[in-house]
Amino acid sequence: MSGAFLPDGRLHLQHGPIDLIVEAFGARREVEAAYRQAIARFGDILPTLVQELPLLRRPVGDAYPLLHGPVARRMVEAVWAHRAQYITPMAAVAGSVADEMLQAMLAGRTLDKAYVNDGGDIAIHLAPGHSLRAGIFVAALDGAVELAYDSPVRGLATSGWGGRSFSLGIADSVTVLASTAAMADAAATVIANAVDADHPAIERQSALSLDPDSDLGELAVTVAVGDLPAEIAVQALERGSAKARELRRRGLIQGAALALKGEWRIEAQASCLTTSAASAR
Amino acid sequence: MSDDDLSLSDSERSAGIVRCDACPVLCRIRPGRAGACDRYANENGTLVRVDPLVLLAKPDLARVAFVEGSNAWSGELGKGEGAFVTGIGATTTYPDYKPAPFIVSSKPEGVDMVTVVTEGIFSYCGVKVKIDTDRYLGPEQAAVRVKGEAVGHVTTAEYGSQMLSLGGVHHLTGGSKKEGVVTCEALLALCNKEAVELAIDGGSTVLVQADKPPVVNGTLEERMRVGCGSAAIGMFAPQWKDHVDEVIVVDDHITGVLSEHQGGRFLDMKPAGIRVRGRKSTAGRYFQVAQPGLGWGGTDVSDPLDIIEKIDPKTAWPGLRLLMVSTTGEHSAWFELDRELRPQPAAMPAPVAKVVERIAENCEPALCTVLFMAGAGGSLRAGVTENPVRLTRSVRDTLTKVTLGGVPAYVWPGGGITLMVDVAKMPEKSFGYVPTPALVAPIEFTLRAEDYAALGGYASRAVTLEDVLSRHKVRLE
Repeated sequence: MSGAFLPDGRLHLQHGPIDLIVEAFGARREVEAAYRQAIARFGDILPTLVQELPLLRRPVGDAYPLLHGPVARRMVEAVWAHRAQYITPMAAVAGSVADEMLQAMLAGRTLDKAYVNDGGDIAIHLAPGHSLRAGIFVAALDGAVELAYDSPVRGLATSGWGGRSFSLGIADSVTVLASTAAMADAAATVIANAVDADHPAIERQSALSLDPDSDLGELAVTVAVGDLPAEIAVQALERGSAKARELRRRGLIQGAALALKGEWRIEAQASCLTTSAASAR
Repeated sequence: MSDDDLSLSDSERSAGIVRCDACPVLCRIRPGRAGACDRYANENGTLVRVDPLVLLAKPDLARVAFVEGSNAWSGELGKGEGAFVTGIGATTTYPDYKPAPFIVSSKPEGVDMVTVVTEGIFSYCGVKVKIDTDRYLGPEQAAVRVKGEAVGHVTTAEYGSQMLSLGGVHHLTGGSKKEGVVTCEALLALCNKEAVELAIDGGSTVLVQADKPPVVNGTLEERMRVGCGSAAIGMFAPQWKDHVDEVIVVDDHITGVLSEHQGGRFLDMKPAGIRVRGRKSTAGRYFQVAQPGLGWGGTDVSDPLDIIEKIDPKTAWPGLRLLMVSTTGEHSAWFELDRELRPQPAAMPAPVAKVVERIAENCEPALCTVLFMAGAGGSLRAGVTENPVRLTRSVRDTLTKVTLGGVPAYVWPGGGITLMVDVAKMPEKSFGYVPTPALVAPIEFTLRAEDYAALGGYASRAVTLEDVLSRHKVRLE
């Protein structure tokens, strides 16, 4: 386990696969206290999480999995709504850690704003009158979104086949805005899985053949995406967009931005992602 | 955690899968792939660290340092005979919810030994700094500051040197966050043998670096004084005797006056009637002849005649030859009394100059020494044994040897495992930190295998030295 303050004052915490960038804004004493709370909370996150790993790696089905750890409970809560397809609580692990850490930081504190960024899955706190700008990087800064106090968005997550986690789809990137980082994380996974097509240029392998501990079992995960005909890419994006729309209509997400081979789709209510839509290339 | 969590099935083993135990996730990693963290990977069946932790600025995994024992270390990673695995880069967990990263068994000279290798996170830690100088660094108890934050204080003056005590839990975690962070940074830099500028309230600014001369207010301190003024008189009196009528060795602690001093009397020197300022201690020895400072012999004096209170006309005589010199030989002046018994500068005779040079020659090089001091608490001990207090007792009974980065530590008597070690002897970049803030230092406990089992150690977790050498990227120091 390690951690340090980055030269610009942000807090960096790392333990095994958990890698957090934490920043708080507000009165100095409050910010310092918030960082102390974050550091104090962090030590226990991974040890508690791993105790329930076997159950967290199993797909959720008809019965709501009973878990003890606070992060594990957040994970299950976030993926439960998606149980109609194959999903395990691990789909929301990064966002859940971010939410839990943010809550620990905020307890008793008065901050203007704060965020916990767990490898791109971000939990956000905003006080009235404050906002936070988040960028979406695919090839460069490809989009940006202004998160304001009066929007319900407090979580942001990105998924894609090239990241640290396996994806069943071929999306270069799916960024989701939701009311928690855990919900955004789970939804980004689901939408990225839906951005899919059947084409010989797409190479897949069983997850277990790559990682014996993968929660995706024998499912075929994407390992390479070659040249795709434009219509195939568009088709794949449309599938993803349809999934995003479904999730938005069910109230699970506020918006999503999908990218594949330089093509973009924005799925959002007019008010939410307009900034992103305007600046997306 | 049971051993079962770590073991691999036969089919997994034949598939070349390795188990990573760097963190509690305990990933199984296929050949050519990385674990969940992307930091550890399976390279041809061997668990390797993909890159060092950026923020801890730590080197690769376990490093083999020198070696205790008679066999010269050949630098080969063969059997590793006589090699000693240090805790540097071994990583740890906090609190220690699992056994220490490496528990290495070896058999030097036919005795089964176990070395428990880990990195300790020390919230209770600091450094004791000894600065070889007579220059005035500041009053005792004054705050020592880095970037304006108090990181420690001036403690006692010792022989030819000034001690500082830096860090400690009150500065690390008892003050503001900035104070803690700055203290941690300063300690980390000092322990990793980097230079740190320390500003002392009401005193000097001193650049301190382990095993390097101090730089006081921009001036490099080259020599440590040969002794106090009185000691210098005693050492060189016979060599001066035939060439001088009086010698005054200017020293902020004890200024020596040859003709009054036991050393001069013994040589039947005539009283010279030159009375120096300050408070007389015993014959020929004076305290407080001036204020402490950066001039002659650690005083604020730049003109040595300033310390002469009076010259007694009944005792002194025209033509009297007077040498004034500092305790390092760095400053010296030669005077002869004129008819009005006023000291007049004159050319120093060669035999006298030679003795002045000899004072300088007999001074040792001035150095800063940095001793890391820390307490190994309950949690760290739990990584060594299931019954932590037994480890303390074992250390106390000297059955267990404690080293940091392979360097033997002095263990304080009394409770706990409170230790001190000279950072200059430790390998480069031995120290890291966590944002608690606290320092991370390698620590190794070495003891007989049978003693280890007796104190409730994780004997079943012991691996052979050969295993460690073959399984980990190893850096030779």
